[in-house]
Amino acid sequence: MTNRLRDLRGDRGWSQQHLAELLEVSRQSVNAIETGRYDPSLPLAFRIAELFELAIEDVFVSPAKEK
Amino acid sequence: MANPTTKSPAQRRYNMGILGCSTGYAAALFGATAYFGNHPDARSVTAYAAAIMPALLIIGMFFVIGRYLVEERDEYQRILMVRQTLVASGLALSLATLWGFLESFDLAPHVDAYWLAVVWFAGLGLGACVNRLTLGRAA
Repeated sequence: MTNRLRDLRGDRGWSQQHLAELLEVSRQSVNAIETGRYDPSLPLAFRIAELFELAIEDVFVSPAKEK
Repeated sequence: MANPTTKSPAQRRYNMGILGCSTGYAAALFGATAYFGNHPDARSVTAYAAAIMPALLIIGMFFVIGRYLVEERDEYQRILMVRQTLVASGLALSLATLWGFLESFDLAPHVDAYWLAVVWFAGLGLGACVNRLTLGRAA
């Protein structure tokens, strides 16, 4: 699933490690989500969206809308 | 996991559990080998206990892995371990099935069943390699 996590993180000047600390997950988790290798669960996706004070669809692109 | 550079509490418990079971296994195996070396025909309760103890510590490792999957709060780390256990189970069951048929038709020598656990643990290592190859830095 495509997402804007890398851009959002970059806009704030955060490292993957810092974002991982804020989300209370491992750096590998952040890396996997950013690179689209792992789609987070709905609760984690909400945590990410809420951290950036955005709606979930402003962070993650619906697969239906990618086509 | 508050600090990604350190292990999560579940990972620390996992490491301690595996270390404890491994140490206990080595001691139990040494003890059992020594006991049956001195009592080759033993059939007592002590003999059964000595024979079963190494197995119980291997079973303990399975329990530690299961507990890790339940306790790990980082869902991505959890899925990595699930993938490893799937690779391990697939490898061990496939080899056991292949070997079983070969042995049934007298095309292969008998292999003690506990080797299945050894192959399974080797499969965990293979699973980690598969994670690394398919997920790169994220694994």
